[in-house]
Amino acid sequence: MLKAFLERLRQGHRTIPFPGGAALPESFRGRPVLDASRCVDGCRACADCCPTDAIRIEPSLAIDLGRCLFCAECVAACPTGAIRFGPDYRMATRRREDLVVEEGRYRLAEALDREARRLFGRSLRLRQVSAGGSAGCELEAAALGNVVFDLSRFGVQFVASPRHADGLLITGPVTRNMKLALEKTYDAVPAPKIVIAVGAAAISGGPFAGHAEVLDGAASVVPVDLFVPGHPPHPLTILDGLLRLLGRLREPASTR
Amino acid sequence: MTPIHSYAPIPNGGSAPLAIVPRLQPDRFAEAIMATPGARLVSFFGLPEESRGLRLMAVLARPGDAELLVTSARVEDAYHALTPALTQAHLFEREIWEQWGVRPEGHPWLKPVRFLGATSRDPGVMDYFEVEGEEVHEVAVGPVHAGVIEPGHFRFQCHGERVLHLEISLGYQHRGIECALERGPRKRTPHIVDAIAGDTSVGHALAYSQIVEALGEVEVPARGHALRAIALELERMANHAGDLGALAGDIGYLPASSYCARIRGDFLNLTLDACGSRMGVGWVRPGGVVPDLAPAHASAMADQVTRGTEELRRSFDLIRGNATVRARLEETGILAREVAEELGMVGPAARASGVDRDVRRDHPVGHYREVEIPVATRETGDVFARAGVRSLEVAHSADFLARALRALPSGAVRRNDSESVPPLAPDRIAVSLVEGWRGEICHTAITDEGGRFRRYKIVDPSFHNWMGLAMAMRDQPISDFPLCNKSFNLSYSGHDL
Repeated sequence: MLKAFLERLRQGHRTIPFPGGAALPESFRGRPVLDASRCVDGCRACADCCPTDAIRIEPSLAIDLGRCLFCAECVAACPTGAIRFGPDYRMATRRREDLVVEEGRYRLAEALDREARRLFGRSLRLRQVSAGGSAGCELEAAALGNVVFDLSRFGVQFVASPRHADGLLITGPVTRNMKLALEKTYDAVPAPKIVIAVGAAAISGGPFAGHAEVLDGAASVVPVDLFVPGHPPHPLTILDGLLRLLGRLREPASTR
Repeated sequence: MTPIHSYAPIPNGGSAPLAIVPRLQPDRFAEAIMATPGARLVSFFGLPEESRGLRLMAVLARPGDAELLVTSARVEDAYHALTPALTQAHLFEREIWEQWGVRPEGHPWLKPVRFLGATSRDPGVMDYFEVEGEEVHEVAVGPVHAGVIEPGHFRFQCHGERVLHLEISLGYQHRGIECALERGPRKRTPHIVDAIAGDTSVGHALAYSQIVEALGEVEVPARGHALRAIALELERMANHAGDLGALAGDIGYLPASSYCARIRGDFLNLTLDACGSRMGVGWVRPGGVVPDLAPAHASAMADQVTRGTEELRRSFDLIRGNATVRARLEETGILAREVAEELGMVGPAARASGVDRDVRRDHPVGHYREVEIPVATRETGDVFARAGVRSLEVAHSADFLARALRALPSGAVRRNDSESVPPLAPDRIAVSLVEGWRGEICHTAITDEGGRFRRYKIVDPSFHNWMGLAMAMRDQPISDFPLCNKSFNLSYSGHDL
């Protein structure tokens, strides 16, 4: 017993303050920053190398974070440095179309309406559903529960049954083999309910987009209230999205 | 002795013309496999023939031989199943039946693997093994589980609390990976490979890279090889740390659970530092690794590895030193060595039952040819042994990392892009094994006349091991299932593909 106490002292306090406590390394690939003025006429190097066709050239350079795997092959391919991945981990949006990054503003997720905030704002219970995919996104969602991120201090918890939940957190492209299970799980959550799609696969099919065995994302089966891009997203990106949805962050929703 | 012309020998990470792989009569094929002492099925799959029929391809490993043995047989609609005499073929033959409609006659357990195509109805709907009798009851769990984990369906036949039999039905994660790799490599290919199993991105990317390098004759620079080994061992450490924490969490021993989960995160953050992804996505690529590691960065990483490992050791000491904790782990979910051998199991789950098997030592390639990482085994085959093997493997990997990070070879880490994925040689077969953190990963590729993948077969270690979990549950209280399951921690996505 004494040994356990000593070890507790040695391990120390590891929970990071949020927002503001996260130090991400230089190598981290957050929200892309575009400089279309550097684009050379007729150059399609970035779009051609993108494995999920997430990059649009016309009418102006744009990256769809719903498809983006954050592999940065576009950065390597671009001859003029028009694309870089910035340090900003905040990327979650309420609408699918808001995931398209262009030069300038990016519209982060806005909070739920007043009634939904009254219900969920201080206590949100989520049922996680892995609907295909590689399990990378659920690992990052599960990591939110560790002492570093300590999700439960914000009143958010994962629960064992959809009947105890206020909503679903869905990962994976939704395989045909998981469609029925996802529908049943959604139906079992009492209304009103929310749905959060986490990761490129759950938003667009990600690396599996277009496969006959998958349905290219959660929105093909259930209405989605929050999109969290990444492959997989950093736990902070998920946390930021959740708290934004609940109206728990004071920062403005639109950033440059 | 089997005459050697029953097989084509191929070294790990090597290739050979498909034409030299013997094409035996089905009975002769079965005989050749059975007659090879200690032979283990590493991979076994169907290759559609250009005309009618299917070519069964088998990759075998035998003790003391670094080379892999490849053989094949041509079959039509059916053949005599190997499973009755060779248990480890059971899931492979079900897969061949499901994928190609070729029936292994006499298979005792011919059921869907992933619920695709003509052989199955809805996912999870099949004839389950049932036990009848007074007070015998059935418990069905999943596909959606209580925890934040992947989907799968589990059917327990119980007598009271005691599990008589567990049947595991998977396939919910099936997303068409092998089909998508055919006719590649394409620009999306490495990204699909990264996502075979999200917790094993490095392992599978390494297996794939070795395939491309074997078929394209790409030389990886020494520094690239060393960094690959560093990436693979870091992945092992992070996952093992997470598993030790999860085991503690499952029995409600929260101190060790909290510490291990945090330490796992610290190891993931080292991977993030090095390559920009906590899961190592994109770190290993054909030709080497991306990006390089700065010298100052490498030595800081070595210090952090040492510190994290020391903290993990102390956390495991809490588990080991606490009698009530040990009582929950010891003699729980015992998997006998003979069963593990018979099922052809791999990785820590096999080593915990005394099966001395590790690709890094038995079939070394790249940096593993130059270093020796001790193989960790235990004899008792219980949950505690599976935890103990993981703890020991973390220590071994940490020793290796501390040395390797301070003695990195100089030079490039990757061939430039055009040299990294050159045209692949046509009509060849390449085999690649990697000791991922769950065990042996096997990728086998066969190219067509244009140098495109005609068939790309993936065997995740979980494919060999799921049946081991079912066997470990026999005669256990059903309430110990989460603990047993965690002690194997197998991949659904790697199995379902």
